[in-house]
Amino acid sequence: MSARPLKFVPASEFRARAAAAVADPQLRQSFRRAMDFLIERRAAQFPDAEVLDRQRRLAEQIRQYTLARLPDLLEQLERRLVDNGIQVHWAETAEEACTVIIDIARRHSAKLIVKGKSMVSEEVELNHALAAVGIDALESDMGEYIVQLDGEKPSHIIMPAIHKTREEIARLFADKVPGAAYTESVDELIGIGRAVLREKFISARIGLSGVNFAVAETGTLCLVENEGNGRMCTTVPDVHIAITGIEKVVEKLEHVPPLFGLLTRSATGQAITTYFNMISGPRRAGELDGPREVHLVLVDNGRTQAYADAQLRATLQCIRCGACMNHCPVYTRIGGHAYGTTYPGPIGGIVSPHLLGLAATHFMPTASSLCGACSEVCPVRIPIPDLLIRLRGEAQHDALHGHQPLLGQGAARNPLLDLVWTAWAVLYTHPQLHRAFLWLATRLRWLTPPRQSGWTASRTPLKPAARTLHEHMTSRRR
Amino acid sequence: MAEAGSRQYPAKPARVYLFGTCLIDLFRPDAGLDAVRLIEREGVEVAYPADQTCCGQPAHSSGFPEQARAVALAQLRLFPEPWPVIVPSGSCAGMMRHHYPKIFADDPALLREAEALAERVFELTEFLCHVLRVRLSDRGTPTRVALHTSCAARREMGTHLHARELLEQLAGVELAVHAHEAECCGFGGTFSLRHPAISSAMAADKVEALLASGAECFVSADCGCMLNLDHTLERRGDRLCGEHLASFLWRRTTAHEEQR
Repeated sequence: MSARPLKFVPASEFRARAAAAVADPQLRQSFRRAMDFLIERRAAQFPDAEVLDRQRRLAEQIRQYTLARLPDLLEQLERRLVDNGIQVHWAETAEEACTVIIDIARRHSAKLIVKGKSMVSEEVELNHALAAVGIDALESDMGEYIVQLDGEKPSHIIMPAIHKTREEIARLFADKVPGAAYTESVDELIGIGRAVLREKFISARIGLSGVNFAVAETGTLCLVENEGNGRMCTTVPDVHIAITGIEKVVEKLEHVPPLFGLLTRSATGQAITTYFNMISGPRRAGELDGPREVHLVLVDNGRTQAYADAQLRATLQCIRCGACMNHCPVYTRIGGHAYGTTYPGPIGGIVSPHLLGLAATHFMPTASSLCGACSEVCPVRIPIPDLLIRLRGEAQHDALHGHQPLLGQGAARNPLLDLVWTAWAVLYTHPQLHRAFLWLATRLRWLTPPRQSGWTASRTPLKPAARTLHEHMTSRRR
Repeated sequence: MAEAGSRQYPAKPARVYLFGTCLIDLFRPDAGLDAVRLIEREGVEVAYPADQTCCGQPAHSSGFPEQARAVALAQLRLFPEPWPVIVPSGSCAGMMRHHYPKIFADDPALLREAEALAERVFELTEFLCHVLRVRLSDRGTPTRVALHTSCAARREMGTHLHARELLEQLAGVELAVHAHEAECCGFGGTFSLRHPAISSAMAADKVEALLASGAECFVSADCGCMLNLDHTLERRGDRLCGEHLASFLWRRTTAHEEQR
């Protein structure tokens, strides 16, 4: 069995994919429109900047408080879940997570798992692993259903099929869904999907879902969704398997509303989602419905690496709202697929290196102008640019003395670049040398090369002025 | 991160330091000189420590913390008097004000120095608005300009507010609003070299928005963004051109014969 990412392409190809994406006018327009729409929807939910600031600070505190006690809270969560009759499984790697789920499926002789939206299941490449052992996984979230039908990965963590036009979806349904007639009506398209899924909800032995918040004190799994497919997946089949990252725990039920309120407003600009499910155990004696078994798979998959570092731990504050992606000028230009990872955009840049290692992902922290739009909207105030800068450093250097190396530490080391920056530092720490350099650069300005690395791809060359400010200020003083 | 409105401002000083920034030093010295002229006109002397080089941001943001720290350290002691340090760039000012204390966090003595310096660092427009409280009188012909604020200037220094406040003092200047005004121009320091396709796409979108605004020129208080946009416009053969806000303010408020 292999959990190798389906469409993960090596780091060296990111530039080519990004270049292809920015040269695709339809992709550019789709993402710009969609992101503008989401930005406006979010902004409308937060009319008062001071109130928002208070709410974000509270959410940040809750997440930091939780992370500070993470090992204890996970143990407490496990105890409460077991008390409630939920079986708990720990998976250190993506492979282990898939194995756990395959074992459960085999025990129930399940040939089909119907899935609610779960980015962690995408992260561990569950569908791929299930297919390898002859088990079908069917995505029931409409966006996920669309990308699955087309053999793609989600391009956005909240809106998986945001890259597709209505016409593309219409054609896809007509081609791939048996008996479906071509239609561009959104309602009819949803009707087609729903008809397929209804039947599967009833026939599937196992339903799988993600988790947005796992409450340690009560042993409750909270699931946020809009389509009702999450409720179907978690209540209709005999077995419900929930899968989530270890960071999704909160201590108390009262910690959920402040996070939930910011999650939906930040993600889709909704004050609240259509469904909010609180799952606290399998069907009890005398109850007429609900699953007979409930499992929770708690996935590490690199998260403890982020957890172990005081600065990088902030990565785990994330509640996966996607607002950083919606506001990112880079994500907006290239879309999610160009990154090649499950989590794209700013959050992808700080999460993926822990999940996949810096050897495969060192380009991600560099794919940012550090404009700070992401951290400005982050509901839990993750200092994303600072973390991107830190990871840029870790990708290019050995771990500092006394620090645990990250997975793929130093993978982007470039001796030439080391030399350039060392020379730069020598020049800029020796004022006399620096002034001599400036003098030369201005006197030899006519030698300015017409091609300057990436700069002149779309710009005229930079040319030093005739005299520097240093010289002007010196002659002024005389 | 933006601190507009929350910062306590000192009374008008007799003297200030200018930290000219490496980009202005080498590529747009006029902007630095115009910043000096604007400050001096208010009766404040400007000292320019000759040993200044660069704030260290290029290495800092490229993941070379050791080199960034060395260069930052070389600036730390160039401003011994308790005068304000004026920086005609939001991103360099943000570096010195917000990132120096983080860079030297592991050394208590240096941290104290970095914090003391950070307290005295002002971005130029912030200083003109809140410390000098300039009252500008416009002597130019009516015009429409667009304002582009660098991301660091906006998010770390609140420059979009200060720059707008100054432009609003100019009777003949109409501010042209452009689409996606708060969005990054794609410069991002070494980002523009490392990811030219993405950076170029961002720059192209920004110049198209500026052109569509109907502005006669655009102004920015950050040299990096200005070079990015100006050289993009030049390459495309567009007529719009950029001017550092310091130069624009000086040009608009001076009679033609005394401009230089």
